[in-house]
Amino acid sequence: MTDISSVGIVTPQTAHFSEPLALKSGAVLPAYDLVYETYGALNADKSNAVLVCHALSGTHHVAGKYSEDDKHPGWWDNMIGPGKPLDTNRFFVIGVNNLGGCHGSTGPASINPATGKRWGSAFPVVTVEDWVQAQARLADHLGVKSFAAVVGGSLGGMQALQWTLTFPDRIRNALVIASAPNLTAQNMAFNEVARQAIITDPEFHGGDFYGHGVVPRRGLRIARMLGHITYLSDDAMGAKFGRKLKHDEVQYSFDVEFEMESYLRYQGDKFAGEFDANTYLRMTRALDYFDPAAEYGGDLSSALSNATADFLVVSFTSDWRFSTARSREIVKALLDNELSVTYAELTAAHGHDAFLMPDQHYHDIVRAYMENVE
Amino acid sequence: MTHVPAQAHAHFSEAAAERRDFTAIAQWITPGAKVLDLGCGDGALLGYLRDTLNVRGYGVEKDDANVLACVKNGINVIQMNLEEGLSGFEADSFDVVILSQTLQAVYQTERIVLEMLRVGKEAIVTFPNFGYWKHRLQLFSGGRMPVSRTLPHQWYNTPNVHLCTIADFDAFCRERNIPVSERLVITEGKTIHLFPNLLGNLAMYRFGQVG
Repeated sequence: MTDISSVGIVTPQTAHFSEPLALKSGAVLPAYDLVYETYGALNADKSNAVLVCHALSGTHHVAGKYSEDDKHPGWWDNMIGPGKPLDTNRFFVIGVNNLGGCHGSTGPASINPATGKRWGSAFPVVTVEDWVQAQARLADHLGVKSFAAVVGGSLGGMQALQWTLTFPDRIRNALVIASAPNLTAQNMAFNEVARQAIITDPEFHGGDFYGHGVVPRRGLRIARMLGHITYLSDDAMGAKFGRKLKHDEVQYSFDVEFEMESYLRYQGDKFAGEFDANTYLRMTRALDYFDPAAEYGGDLSSALSNATADFLVVSFTSDWRFSTARSREIVKALLDNELSVTYAELTAAHGHDAFLMPDQHYHDIVRAYMENVE
Repeated sequence: MTHVPAQAHAHFSEAAAERRDFTAIAQWITPGAKVLDLGCGDGALLGYLRDTLNVRGYGVEKDDANVLACVKNGINVIQMNLEEGLSGFEADSFDVVILSQTLQAVYQTERIVLEMLRVGKEAIVTFPNFGYWKHRLQLFSGGRMPVSRTLPHQWYNTPNVHLCTIADFDAFCRERNIPVSERLVITEGKTIHLFPNLLGNLAMYRFGQVG
């Protein structure tokens, strides 16, 4: 049966950019590819484009399926489609895999044209600002002068926020969901443990594992397991697993005893089999480095004085990795600048992952906001 | 700018016809003022003030359904609990802070009034007068808690935790040296000058520097 609220079968596309991109680190990427998907149609005056920015492990595959029997639709399929909160009957929605990614855009596993080998450790460290620059070139490529909205959760929300600072004339609305104006020390600490797990894996080979025919699976797996703990709330884990045993009785062993362990190992294994370790390092660093207030002596209100967009800021009460207090900091800075802002603090049990969940009220808020976007 | 749906404009003017304090509040607001409405409900007052006086405004609201209604109505709303104070707002960052028929439903009455005066150059507070003669009559002759258009709830389901009379609120302001710049008492849209605490249904107070 065809799901009329699905964008249906989608096909990724690739755009090649031969103009060098100067990165914030000082490095220059001579040329690069961006892989992207689009849903809906760009209108005649090209005013209905919406950019969806992905988070740490996301991709350009935001909505739809690759085949009729594809069991895994895009990562935000519940949010995007005909009649959905981000309604593809009205909006031309773009999903793009960021630079440094491992799903088709130029990244550490791509071939470095200068050497003919994979970039590996030589691939530069990329930042949220760099991604926004690259996304703007994709917008140019697609003929989009100004976005009706840029939308993202978590690290994606940081990109939406950065868009309002880098290109205030090219974004009319920013939807900043479950995000933060920078990471706290505790939040960066989780990233550091994840990176250490990867870097100290003997099969990492300093980032040049491709030539050795190995993958630092153990490191990636532990990094992902740690991440998953922080994306869920204590209550959500309790409700999902509690102290449920894997077997009928305890085994007095270090194999899987509790259901929670089974879940974490499964998630870790799955991720280690499909994600690139070098990409993981760079994504977490992009999170760490994002701090628009830094150039303004830590004053976020000054940092946002350049922005002109209208904002919807959303946070979730049980999200402890990107807490409501961090979203309120963004809201305060927007208020200080007298910008148009709506802030919804949603009661949710799922922790940080709530931003991906199909909660009715959450979707109603996004839908209502998008319905008033011109 | 975000689009405001046509039906929202109609809703704002209907609400103003229904809520007599809207038009009275509007008389105290300068066109183009920056306004903060605490406990803004579905944003009807802000919408009305925007449509009639071109104010720039934000609402504060804790209830999910009301926040959603504000978003639908194209009103900027900040979801938070007033009882926690207004720490997210800078001192003197608004021309006017309004608390419209919400005073009686807050626990931290004193804190909120002081916060309004910190954040706003001016503040407006309106509340149903518990001393209104019809309320007194219900209590005196029927022996029951008053129920009226301004106090529509029963004693067991009312959100009102701090009902007061005009005389009570006058004393509250006097004891805290909160300067009242104007007071207006209305019943069914008419201004009451004589025996306001007895004949007035709705009390409106204006604080802070005028003009």
